[in-house]
Amino acid sequence: MLRGLSFGLEAGRCLQVSGANGAGKTSLLRALAGLLPLESGVVTWCGLDTREDHHTFHSNLAWLSHGPGLKGDLSAHENLRFSAGLRRVLDREQIDAALAKVGYANADQRLARHMSAGQQRRVALARVLLLDCPLWLLDEPTSNLDGRGQDMFGQILSAHLENGGLAVISTHQSLPLSADRVQALELS
Amino acid sequence: MNVAGPNSVSSGEAGWLLVRRDLRLALRRPGEWLQPLMFFFVVTTLFPLSTDPQLSRLRDIAPGALWVAALLSCLLALELLFREDGQDGTLEQLAVSGLSLSWLLLAKCCVHWLLTGLPLVLAAPLVATALGAPYAAIPGILAALLLGSIALSLIGAVGAGLTLGLRRGGALLALLVLPLAVPVLIFGARATALAIALEPTSAPMYMLGAIVVLSATLAPLGAAAAVRISLE
Repeated sequence: MLRGLSFGLEAGRCLQVSGANGAGKTSLLRALAGLLPLESGVVTWCGLDTREDHHTFHSNLAWLSHGPGLKGDLSAHENLRFSAGLRRVLDREQIDAALAKVGYANADQRLARHMSAGQQRRVALARVLLLDCPLWLLDEPTSNLDGRGQDMFGQILSAHLENGGLAVISTHQSLPLSADRVQALELS
Repeated sequence: MNVAGPNSVSSGEAGWLLVRRDLRLALRRPGEWLQPLMFFFVVTTLFPLSTDPQLSRLRDIAPGALWVAALLSCLLALELLFREDGQDGTLEQLAVSGLSLSWLLLAKCCVHWLLTGLPLVLAAPLVATALGAPYAAIPGILAALLLGSIALSLIGAVGAGLTLGLRRGGALLALLVLPLAVPVLIFGARATALAIALEPTSAPMYMLGAIVVLSATLAPLGAAAAVRISLE
């Protein structure tokens, strides 16, 4: 599906992957995450082949797939405590702070299956924040988000890049970042 | 950013967290794990009704009835092991969590056994008594089912991982798992038969124990490989 693809990304920059439906945006992200094996080629992180030490690479990676990756029978807090909690010891205040950052501070005990798609997306973005990883691989992170949600995403992405993080984002929408932060990759 | 810092979670803590999460989910959906137990009860209670109710006849069929019902109950529940996690994307998150996927899947197998294997073991005295087993045979039957159900959960995890991406993978799952489960069935039924005859059960118990050790060693690795293939 993907041939002759080569790129590098420095700290503080974001790679925006765009292209038509079926062009391979999700496949590229999955290949970078190690979920899809490469027929040839190599993905390196800090100069090392990610396949040689995928545990270290994955420890530096926050992955957000096209779906929110939430358990429908758990609340936002429970979902975050169990999913982000696999990486870091979290207390309630940290989860509350992350939910406030993504504009879902009023998340109560409502189960995820009763949330709207946009609210589920916000909880999934809160998980990315809580993982506190330098590399974000995000597949259509703003899908189902309203205008304010997209502004919120722009703010948290900017803060992440200013802190020296990196992001590879598949999206059809333009990212609200300065030109020196964004690197574009158009798949055809 | 906090990578492998002081707040990072050990494998043991992560496994425990996963166990707690799955137990909490199971408590909110009791129907899923009660179904195999009900199946076990129904099959084992129908056997005495369909045969000659003489005690000696019932004792003859008890090992087979118990173990076939236990095996089919475990198979019934196996499809649930990874299916939902695969559909909602949480299995992908486990695969890129930076933790050993084998270890996390072993934690999931533990929960699966707690919810489907352990209830069968706890129900066994009642069922065995209904099938005419003497009270003195109950400890032996319990021990055999305990070991056998652990082995079935572990062996089944490999099949559940391989059939994860299939829309109707139940039949294929049974085809994959049954040949691997036959030794458990043979030694389990033999141990139960010896227990009912009030004879020493150590030989088949050792074999069941060996199968459990082998399964606990290899099945998480196989399940992790199978899940990674299914996620591609």
